[in-house]
Amino acid sequence: MARSLAGFLVLILAISICDAASIFQPISDSHRSAALDLFKPVDGSFASLEETYEALRTFEILGINKKPDVSTATCGTVSKALSSSSSTPKDLFDALRVNSILKCKINAEVFEGIISKLQAAVSGASSLHDFYYSIGSLGLIKDQTSKADLHLSDAEGIFRSIKALSQSDGRWRYSSNNPESSTIAAGVALETLAGVVSLASSEVDQSMIGIVQNDIMKLFDSIEKYDDGAFYFDEKVVNVHEHSGPLSTSSSVVRGLTAFTTVATGSLNLPGDKILGLAKFFLGIGIPGDSKDFFNQIDSLAFLESNRVSIPLILSLPSTVVSLTKKENLMVKVNTVLGSKAPPLTVKLVRAYSTSSKDTSIIENKELSFDPERVVYFLDALPDSVDVGSYIFVFKVVLHDSERKDVYVTGTLTHVQIFLTGHVKIGNAEIAVLDNDLGTIETQRKLDLAGENAVSLSANHLQKLHLSFQLTTPRGSAFKPHQAFLKLRHETKVEHVFLVGNSGKKFEITLDFLGLVEKLFYLSGKYDIQLTVGDAVMENSLLSEIGYVELDLPEAPEKAPRPPPQAVDPYSRYGPKAEISHIFRAPEKRPPKELSFTFLGLILLPFIGFLIGLLRLGVNLKNFPTSSVPATFAILFHVGIAAVLLLYVLFWLKLDLFTTLKTLSFLGVFLMFVGHRILSHLASASSKLKSG
Amino acid sequence: MARSTSKDAQALFQSLRSAYVATPSSLKIIDLYVCFAVFTAIIQVVYMAVVGSFPFNSFLSGVLSCVGTAVLAVCLRIQVNKENKEFKDLPPERAFADFVLCNLVLHLVIMNFLG
Repeated sequence: MARSLAGFLVLILAISICDAASIFQPISDSHRSAALDLFKPVDGSFASLEETYEALRTFEILGINKKPDVSTATCGTVSKALSSSSSTPKDLFDALRVNSILKCKINAEVFEGIISKLQAAVSGASSLHDFYYSIGSLGLIKDQTSKADLHLSDAEGIFRSIKALSQSDGRWRYSSNNPESSTIAAGVALETLAGVVSLASSEVDQSMIGIVQNDIMKLFDSIEKYDDGAFYFDEKVVNVHEHSGPLSTSSSVVRGLTAFTTVATGSLNLPGDKILGLAKFFLGIGIPGDSKDFFNQIDSLAFLESNRVSIPLILSLPSTVVSLTKKENLMVKVNTVLGSKAPPLTVKLVRAYSTSSKDTSIIENKELSFDPERVVYFLDALPDSVDVGSYIFVFKVVLHDSERKDVYVTGTLTHVQIFLTGHVKIGNAEIAVLDNDLGTIETQRKLDLAGENAVSLSANHLQKLHLSFQLTTPRGSAFKPHQAFLKLRHETKVEHVFLVGNSGKKFEITLDFLGLVEKLFYLSGKYDIQLTVGDAVMENSLLSEIGYVELDLPEAPEKAPRPPPQAVDPYSRYGPKAEISHIFRAPEKRPPKELSFTFLGLILLPFIGFLIGLLRLGVNLKNFPTSSVPATFAILFHVGIAAVLLLYVLFWLKLDLFTTLKTLSFLGVFLMFVGHRILSHLASASSKLKSG
Repeated sequence: MARSTSKDAQALFQSLRSAYVATPSSLKIIDLYVCFAVFTAIIQVVYMAVVGSFPFNSFLSGVLSCVGTAVLAVCLRIQVNKENKEFKDLPPERAFADFVLCNLVLHLVIMNFLG
């Protein structure tokens, strides 16, 4: 029980930390193992070249050495795609991207053929994707073949025709006949323009680059923000056909931005907090479960880490729970987004304040010491005035090298919620039974709440139960926990919870049984006493069985309330229900078959006797009408009766009452008609006979 | 004494038989039919006495079917009998039509009850 409570407190602690602190952890080993799980080749290769590139690129960025070997199978696919005449620019682009990592052996002639094909594709391109794939492919070939003379013939013209697709708000269109503008397209266009600039034979006009940089600034005006400081791009028009969440949109923009700033000469004055916010957005996702999302996250972070504008530095804490009793140090790490080492810097604790009182700082302007071995910054010792509780620490990162301030962005201030925990001393714990009128102590027991207790007390309804204890923090001041409950549990599992109040330093509760008899439902007998003291910052939160008190309460009067039925165990509510066993009526004993068949035969005997009797009486059918019309009616009459009887048999066997009655009404009318005709004929015949 | 009793009985049966011979044959057919129905009912009752009354509704419908038919047949006999002055004006055809109708209704109920 005590263990489960401790677990519960840890859970609460964890939830409250997650809730309060907007700390972003850089990429760590958990990402590496997740990458190996997500990108799993089937039969030595991935499903497509695009997927292969995503996998290989992710492994490369994360520095995974134990990656699956796909080079043999993939290189075959790559050379096949490159030498095939039916390959589209996208196929070539994917193949070349894979080749840039795998470095397969490709003939120089193959490249020559592709170059002319791609050059033609560039000049004939009309949509953004045509430009993107063909120019991207040309750029990749230039990198892979060290062909210094690979140039675009009309770089400025191509630059202009791509720029013509841009919109006034910094976003781009996919093609000139598609009026919808898109943020992803903006990223794609920036990447393409970067490719054009790098492939240009001569310097591209600076004014045009300036215009594009202006576009980037406008694009950043449309950036969106989360409350925790993360910035992201999102598509304004949701396209149903394409998967374009904030992650793929943001990563497209980051790719385009970093590619463009790498080739563009002019400096781009992007706000550092937005770059940092983008990094926070990618880190805040955690570990995506989808391989595409995973690649987008890692790839974007890699671009952010190596970009020329500003490299974000992430401040993170290995633990936001610091134990005062164990004299733990508060540790802070500063890394790049991919978890590599930051340049020399100082972490300053600007101020720290309790979450309950924001105005009074407990620490101000303290510099954290650096531990070069573990690469952490730590706070030497907390001042003695700092007690257990939850605090907000405000950190600031200051770079040593002032020149690098332009390269790295650290954000202004980082607010982190820290829990300072400690071992709370419990003293003067005692439980006593008092006489009601005088308050004299009848029995008193000292309690050791940290250890085991087995108090046995007895009291009647004229007495009182008194419990008191004191809580002191490691710094010696009074401690007020979140929870302090006393629970009485009767043998019949009826429970009563009482809140333990505090007066200054002392926690105490007095249970006057005279006033409580009704609440206790007049149930005499053994009550187990349980004390709960718990708090998020209290390391020794406890749930202690103190013992029991034998209560002697008066008999319940007639109108006394009954104890409520016991609440259903919440775990059993969702568990399997008790199996329902169906009780069927036992089948009646049936007689043996032979006997039944014998009686069936016996039933026929009177019928046979009836027939024999008829024969002996000399019955005949001489009265049966001879002329054709009455004979027909006579036959129909008998057929009608037979039909009704047959209907009854069918009713017995399968028909329901309604069908039977419906059919019977028709048959009945028919039978009435023919019956009336034949019988009146017979009657007239016999009366004729009489009169004649 | 006993001798005279048996003789008396014999004489009684003799006179009964001779009187019955004079009955019209149509009434004899009805009598035969009534006997047939009653014996069938008796056999069913015996069967029930032997094996128990488990499908009780089936037993009841079987017996009631026979008894009902027998009662209806007796009614028919009363109405058809020419000696019976009370039904002198009722033609036997009408009585037979009633008999058929009543039997059909009776057996509809019987079939419903048979289960």
